[in-house]
Parts: sequence; C-alpha cells; structure tokens
Amino acid sequence: MEKIRILIAKPGLDGHDRGAKVVARALRDAGMEVIYTGLRQTPEQIVEAAIQEDVDFIGLSCLSGAHNNLFPRVINLLKEQNAADIKVFGGGVIPQSDIPFLKESGIVEIFGPGTSTEVTVSFIKQLYDERS
Amino acid sequence: MNAAKVDKIVSEVLVGNKRYIARAISMLENESSQAAEIIKGLYPHCGRAHVIGITGPPGAGKSTMVGALVNQFRQSDKKCGIILIDPSSPFTGGAILGDRIRMPEHTTDKGVFIRSMGTRGSLGGLALATRDTVKVLDAAGYDLIIIETVGIGQAETDIVQTADTVVVVSVPGLGDHIQTLKAGVMEIADIFAVNKADTDGASKTVRELKLMIELSNYPAAERPPVIPVSSLKNEGIDKLAGSILELHSQALESGRFEKRRKEQLAIELNEIIRWQLIKRINSKISQHELDVSINELYLHQITPHETAHNILKSLLKGDE
Repeated sequence: MEKIRILIAKPGLDGHDRGAKVVARALRDAGMEVIYTGLRQTPEQIVEAAIQEDVDFIGLSCLSGAHNNLFPRVINLLKEQNAADIKVFGGGVIPQSDIPFLKESGIVEIFGPGTSTEVTVSFIKQLYDERS
Repeated sequence: MNAAKVDKIVSEVLVGNKRYIARAISMLENESSQAAEIIKGLYPHCGRAHVIGITGPPGAGKSTMVGALVNQFRQSDKKCGIILIDPSSPFTGGAILGDRIRMPEHTTDKGVFIRSMGTRGSLGGLALATRDTVKVLDAAGYDLIIIETVGIGQAETDIVQTADTVVVVSVPGLGDHIQTLKAGVMEIADIFAVNKADTDGASKTVRELKLMIELSNYPAAERPPVIPVSSLKNEGIDKLAGSILELHSQALESGRFEKRRKEQLAIELNEIIRWQLIKRINSKISQHELDVSINELYLHQITPHETAHNILKSLLKGDE
C-alpha cells in the first residue's frame, strides 16, 4: 500500500521548531510518514535527504527571514537532481508581499501563522491525488 | 513497459544511483506488483554486505551510536547503507521518522545512504520490507548495512533473523541484574554496548551484563563482549566498531556466518510461503463462506483447527 511520505525540514539558522513539530504531528495523525530532519539544515542536506527517503513532498519552515534565499535554492537543487517531481511547500514567518515571488520560484503553497493544520493536510492529500 | 521499467531500476541500482535505490525501496515497501521482479534482478548481486543490527530500548542512544559508528567506518572508506526504523501508528498508519536527526553530517556523504522506515504493522522491531531493503543496498554496493530497530522492550528479536552481527544497546539505570537474566532480547546479542558510559551507574551495568554472560552457557568463542561507550563524546566507538568487524571475520572463518545465514534463509522462505499461501487463501474464499465458518466456530459446532484443515484441503484440491 502506498503512503504519502513527507520531509519536514528547517533550513537556515533559526532555532525554533515548534511550528514544524506541530505540522509534523498533524501529518502523522493524517496517516502520512513524516521524516523530520531537525534544525539548521542546508538546502543541499534537505534535497539529498528527500531523494534518499523518496518523499512526495518537502515542507520547509523558516522563521529567520531568509526564506527568499533558502526556499528557491531548494527548488533549484531539486531541478538539478532531476527531482522536480518532489513538491515543496513552506511555512513560518513569511510576509504576504514575499509569497508571489516564492510561488513564482516553484513553492506550491505557503502556510502562514494561524493556518489550521487541517488546511495543510487536505491541501497535501489533494495534490497527491492529482499527481497519481 | 513494466519490464523495461524494472530493467532500468535494476541497472541503476546496480551502479549505485541513489534516486533509483530510493525508488526501488519504496516499491518494495508498497508491495508493488513489480517488487518480485526487482528482487529477481538484484538477487544475483547480493551476498557481499555485512549486515549489522543495532537494537535496544527507546532513548538508549541507538541513532547517535549509529552516527558515531558510521563516522568510524567511513575512515576506512567502507560504504555504509543505513536503515532506520521507527514505529507506525496502529491507529492511523502514520509515523514520525526522526532518527536521521542524529546523523545530519552523513546526509551529503557520497558513500552513505540513509533510509527511514515505518514498521507498518510489523511487531518484531523491524519494518516488513527490511529484508528486501537490505537486498537493494547490498546489490547497490554498500559494504556495511546498519539496521537500527525501533526502540524495543524485551521480546522484539526479529533483528537476529536479519543481521549478521547484533549489537544490543543498554544504558545505566534500567533495572537490576534480574533483568539481565530474562529470555528474549538478552539472548540475541553478539555484542553488548553500554551507552552513556560517562553517566552514573554505567560500571554497574557493565558488571551485571558480564555476570549474566558468565552464568550463561555460551561456547567460549561466542561470549559476547561488553563494551562501554559514550556515543555523544565518541568514546569507545573505535573499540565497538573494531569488535563488530572482528566478530564478523571470525564468523566468516569459523563457518558461523554461513550457518546463521542459512538459518535466516530458512525462516525467510518459510515466511514468504506462509504469506503467499494466506494471500491465495484470502483470494479464494468468499466473505460469505468465511462468515458461515466463523458463525459455526462461534456456536462451537466445529473447532478452529478443523475449519482451517477443511479450508486448506479444498484449496489444495482446487489446485490439482
């Protein structure tokens, strides 16, 4: 039986992973396999882990303000590795005005503070069903 | 089309392409219809790797120990395939696979492949697809395959049916010497590692394990060593790594390796036959027939053994 596999990662230097853990837990409770790689990951580490784990999605959480740098870097590395079929969503503290740029660079969705985990879960399930 | 796809997967795994290794493992985990063909393509290339099992209670430091051991093994340029197993929820089937977090430095090492797996209902400390995942990593050319079981209690001993060398990780403070006398996990160690050896009570734990080993009737050559280790401080890891490799070369020489592998293969074969039989039986019996039988059992009109015998008899007749 197939299961949705997701990597939840925190790129960059901020040290707060409560949000990432809440999302990871919600995805687990929705029956998904969640690989949690922890704090302070480089985009290279995130993409390499995603490939070895054969995940369907990567969820990036960033609170440091470096999202405009780090998120597109993950997308580009996935392309370089021929792994652009892995879809990337993001969360954390991200100003509204940055969202169009991030989506343009290939992030499928940004879930800001206050988003219900149900919204995230159903978004992922829908995207997964559309793909397969 | 399917055949071509399997060929491609097999040939890419054999040259060590990580994307395809990862995909092949997923197909085996998902019991894809092509799984048997993939194994068929890889199997002639298997049998070279040394399979190491790391087991012990939750929080004993297994993942940190695996990370430290891989550091050590990489110094002698051995390629390491790592399988990290965490429990799946019995309610939702979901899982948090969080062992990688202890070994981030190995993620981008070209000579290391790390895969996390959920148990998906398996209860013996491993995931259902663990054995087949070992085959993929073996065929892909990893010299050492390290399996970290879920955090275990007293009875999850499947690792001994999969690994050549089993390291049971213990930590100070988990109980008195009576615990060391119990059957199950205490019997499967080729090596005992006492982790967190820099904390209070470690020497007592080492002493109790050694006493237990003296009281057991291990042949002199097979007495498991007890090695104090601090994975976090990287103390004793060189000794543990050396002991793992040395035991393996001894087992290769003495014939113990071959004997154990053959025992494992007998178990694997038995399990596959059982699994396929059950699948076939389930596909041939209608839910209605099953309901009728279960009702008869409920009314004590027939025993479960008789019912099973009758079902098997009619199934085997149908095959003739």
